[in-house]
Amino acid sequence: MTKEVVLLDLWLSPFGMRVRVALAEKGVEYEYREEDLGNKSQLLLQMNPVHKKIPVLIHNGKPICESLVIVQYIDETWKDKAPLLPSDPYQRAEARFWADYIDKQIYSCGRMLWTTKGEEQDAAKKELKECFKLLEEHLGDRTYFGGDNLGFVDVALISFYSWFYAYETCGNFKMEEWCPKIVSWAKTCMQRESVSKSLVDPLKVCHDFVLPRRKTLGLD
Amino acid sequence: MSKEEVKLHGFWRSPYSRRVELALKIKGVEYEYIEEDLINKSPELLKYNPIHKKVLVFIHNENVIIESQVILEYIDETWKQNPIMSQDPYERAMARFWANFVDQKCLPSLRKALWGPETEQEKATEEAKENLKILEKELQGNNTFGGERIGFVDIVANVIAYWVSVYEEAVEKKILTEEFPALCNWRNEYVNNSIIKETLPPREKSIAHARAKYGTSKASS
Repeated sequence: MTKEVVLLDLWLSPFGMRVRVALAEKGVEYEYREEDLGNKSQLLLQMNPVHKKIPVLIHNGKPICESLVIVQYIDETWKDKAPLLPSDPYQRAEARFWADYIDKQIYSCGRMLWTTKGEEQDAAKKELKECFKLLEEHLGDRTYFGGDNLGFVDVALISFYSWFYAYETCGNFKMEEWCPKIVSWAKTCMQRESVSKSLVDPLKVCHDFVLPRRKTLGLD
Repeated sequence: MSKEEVKLHGFWRSPYSRRVELALKIKGVEYEYIEEDLINKSPELLKYNPIHKKVLVFIHNENVIIESQVILEYIDETWKQNPIMSQDPYERAMARFWANFVDQKCLPSLRKALWGPETEQEKATEEAKENLKILEKELQGNNTFGGERIGFVDIVANVIAYWVSVYEEAVEKKILTEEFPALCNWRNEYVNNSIIKETLPPREKSIAHARAKYGTSKASS
């Protein structure tokens, strides 16, 4: 392993994308390694023996696992540029709380939505809508959740933008109608190179992965 | 100099509010404790925590914080004496990782193993023991997860140190057995630690409650 920073990742993982955004914000050069989850590399199994999951950041040979743990690590290690967490303890607590909320709610509701149909899907849709509306309320009139600059909560949530189109297609709704401010916030984030270069094409996520998977699951 | 307001809305049985109390005691921070009734939550609690309505609410002057791990980090960053987390980014990442492992993997598997549906208990017990094995390895013969002294992971793992043995007695089932010598040693040290002892709920009362809630018909009279 010659590079100082290595990221074990999966192209469409919203968790992996968070790490990519954080590294890009800090201007950290790294080696990206795509994992095949059906055939996990020895390196992944060695570096994350507990969960065997991506993303894993390897910094000078030492692994860090779990996306929000990794993002905080990145923030604390490369602290001279683009701080993601504020310095005030209360604002940090707020940011951690909302990032944790996003972690617990958006992924699982979103997953439920695209892997089910009928009543189950309706219930997931309802819950997902409530989550986004709550986040929209929390965003308020700010440009970013981090205020004037991209912050921890922005990084935690923006990676799901790659999945919005898949959610909309599977659930037959429009994010723009549910939470226009969130959509507008996402577009603002996408104007930053750190974000646009780190996120994958939402159409690809939908057409290359989600819809074929739904077919395999016998849902469509 | 105006006095600082430090309040904790908690629940006597909850390991989560006890985590916060432990951190405050380690740091020597004075606080007011308000016992909440889970059925009849106080108007103050609902005012401070309208969205999630959860019992654990920590108030420091105007700052209202919920979620025990978030509160612990806030306490550590606000009162810097007797730190519960290292300043080193890698060690902090490890502490957060293991705290998540305890809360997201260990505790659910332990709950399932202790009082989950009987048909699933064997599998759940296997899973719970696998998770304990992982923790056992992580302790690496140290007295605490924090290395030299009680740290973030030890505080978060309070459920394993104390509540597990309470539930074990209530449902008459052992999970954290001698096959985990490091964890047993850690647990022993934990419950006998002079500061921690003060923060633990009364054992008999806890067992009685757990027995009533989760005990099987074969509980001895």
